[in-house]
Amino acid sequence: MWDYSDKVREHFFNPRNAGLLDGANAVGDVGSIKCGDALRLMLKVDPASERILDASFQTFGCGSAIASSSALTEMVKGKTLDEALTVSNQDIADFLDGLPPEKMHCSVMGREALQAAVANYRGEAWQDAHAEGALVCKCFAVDSVLIEDVVRANGLTTVEQVSNYTKAGGGCASCHEGIEEILAKVAAERCTAPTAETKRCEPAPVAASAASPAPTARLTNFQRMRKIEETVESIRPMLQRDHGDIEIVEVDGKNIYVNLKGACQGCMLEASTLNGIQTRLVEELGEFVRLLPASMLGRALS
Amino acid sequence: MTPIYLDNNATTACDPAVVAAMLPYFTEQFGNPSSMHSFGNKVGLAIKGARESVQALLGAEHDSEIIFTSCGTESDSTAILSALRAQPERNQIITTVVEHPAILALCEQLEKDGYVVTRLGVDKRGRLDLDAYRAALGPRTAIVSVMWANNETGTLFPVEAMAELAHAAGAQFHTDAVQAVGKLPMDLKRTQIDMLSLSGHKLHAPKGIGVLYLRRGTRFRPFLRGGHQERGRRAGTENTASIVGLGVAAALAKNAIATENSTVRRLRDRLEAGILAQVSNAFVTGDISNRLPNTSNIAFEFIEGEAILLLLNKLGIAASSGSACTSGSLEPSHVMRAMGIPYTAAHGTTRFSLSRFTTEAEIDRVIAAIPPIIAQLRKISPYWGEQGPLANADESFAPQYS
Ligand SMILES: Cc1ncc(COP(=O)(O)O)c(C=O)c1O
Repeated sequence: MWDYSDKVREHFFNPRNAGLLDGANAVGDVGSIKCGDALRLMLKVDPASERILDASFQTFGCGSAIASSSALTEMVKGKTLDEALTVSNQDIADFLDGLPPEKMHCSVMGREALQAAVANYRGEAWQDAHAEGALVCKCFAVDSVLIEDVVRANGLTTVEQVSNYTKAGGGCASCHEGIEEILAKVAAERCTAPTAETKRCEPAPVAASAASPAPTARLTNFQRMRKIEETVESIRPMLQRDHGDIEIVEVDGKNIYVNLKGACQGCMLEASTLNGIQTRLVEELGEFVRLLPASMLGRALS
Repeated sequence: MTPIYLDNNATTACDPAVVAAMLPYFTEQFGNPSSMHSFGNKVGLAIKGARESVQALLGAEHDSEIIFTSCGTESDSTAILSALRAQPERNQIITTVVEHPAILALCEQLEKDGYVVTRLGVDKRGRLDLDAYRAALGPRTAIVSVMWANNETGTLFPVEAMAELAHAAGAQFHTDAVQAVGKLPMDLKRTQIDMLSLSGHKLHAPKGIGVLYLRRGTRFRPFLRGGHQERGRRAGTENTASIVGLGVAAALAKNAIATENSTVRRLRDRLEAGILAQVSNAFVTGDISNRLPNTSNIAFEFIEGEAILLLLNKLGIAASSGSACTSGSLEPSHVMRAMGIPYTAAHGTTRFSLSRFTTEAEIDRVIAAIPPIIAQLRKISPYWGEQGPLANADESFAPQYS
């Protein structure tokens, strides 16, 4: 069963603004039939001020789709259309105290419905170009379509490169087989594409250099600290690419306290970023450790 | 409010008698059955008893045809990989599109490795086309693997007849009977089935114990090599406590087959009729007159399954769904898609699977609980109007799909 936040549950069990809206003058219908979600967002817009007087929704979808729709209507009521358009899918997820990575697409659907409704009001055509694939990396919520696009656009050939570009595979590493399959598929296309000037094919991707096996011997305290530092250092470039950063503040037994900075801080993915890095540390150290925000330093842990 | 468990195709509760029989094997009866002392000897005898009990449940001719494994998935993999390794001159696998992932994912991998995989399709009731099967069989067919009963709809396949056809083509025949064992009477010695998989946790034994039935004389290559356990056909020190538990569960299951086909079937039919009498735009999926007695899979149109499950769960009722969202993948159940069930219904499929522990009072509570839940979700569905489904739901609500 999904680990839904209390807020998600609350909005699912008691959805706000569900049903048809009398006098709606902006309607956005979006969905993803395969995924089984579809949403109609209805807005009543005051023509003079372009302010959203009322909002409602109808949703065919799972618990988080209904909760995201409910949250969205609450968030946009009272805003002007331009203000409403600044609401991102991340904002919807944050409003609900987060969504499981597999369910982030529900918040994306909310954001799209909003754009579609505004376009409908303004008499514009709304076309969505973004396609969604199966979730490959669960640590960092990266799907197959994104990985494939990035691999193709940048001519990537190794899992390591994919992790550097997209973060996918940078956590628990269990999706490396899936990433290798995508690399092989794109490499195969490249090989068969009729390029006149060169017949040289890129070699099939090889697995990223096997991660150093978990040490079996006990590390000395000094070695252990070094290992923690090295592991975190190796992850930093990935975070920095997203305008974030990480810093170790304190190591206290099994608890490692860190500061997440920049874009990482307070972002919805903070928890899942910490989780991903923690998984890496556990593997590298061969022992269980807990990665915690520095703000929890000194607080008793339950 | 006591919870109601109608998800027995996912897993079952251990029978208390099974647990009681297992407990000594965690404490005083800890011996290794291979050891040459009395600690081991007693355990060895207990395993022998369990083997005979499984033999009786399956109607196998010899007790040595029973190989204990770690789960249904291991039995499935062992069967298919063995058939390919033992018959290198044959490179084709015939299976169906509605198998469990334990078969499908393995076949996908084998296909990448160069084997030829033929997947038989099903009609809208989930039935196989035996003519297509006959046409697919050939001199290079190594193994046919067809499930006895489908885990989502309970639909039964004619595996006994299919085994005969496979033999006529010189191929081995395996059936994933994980859902069928204990619910249907079986007499394997009178069939031509070469291999059969079962899993303990579907018949009130613990999780993590399975069996591969291997007909004597069937060419075989082990999956796990090592020690001489299971006559060298499955190395690794035996999961003694679970094997003992499975033995007891098999004996109980053999006695309960009549109950499954009378009481349990009656309760299942009552549940189905009770729901369908009150809920419109709902239909039973699968081969209704030819399915497991404990399984009912109902498609509720225009709403989504996970939402149904969450609301049921709030009332303490456990079921499962073929919706995409419950699996974490983006696709609705491959079984529903194979039957051509439209997406708007496939996402709303809900499976109720009963057991011999299910009571009439529980069924009545579920019958009362379902209609308001369906109504509540339809009320907020864009495909549903005041009076029912929108006349042309597809046109009046045609979202832009991403
Ligand atoms: C038809 C079928 N085959 C195989 C399995 C896998 O069995 P196990 O969980 O013991 O590996 C299941 C259980 O979900 C099943 O329903």
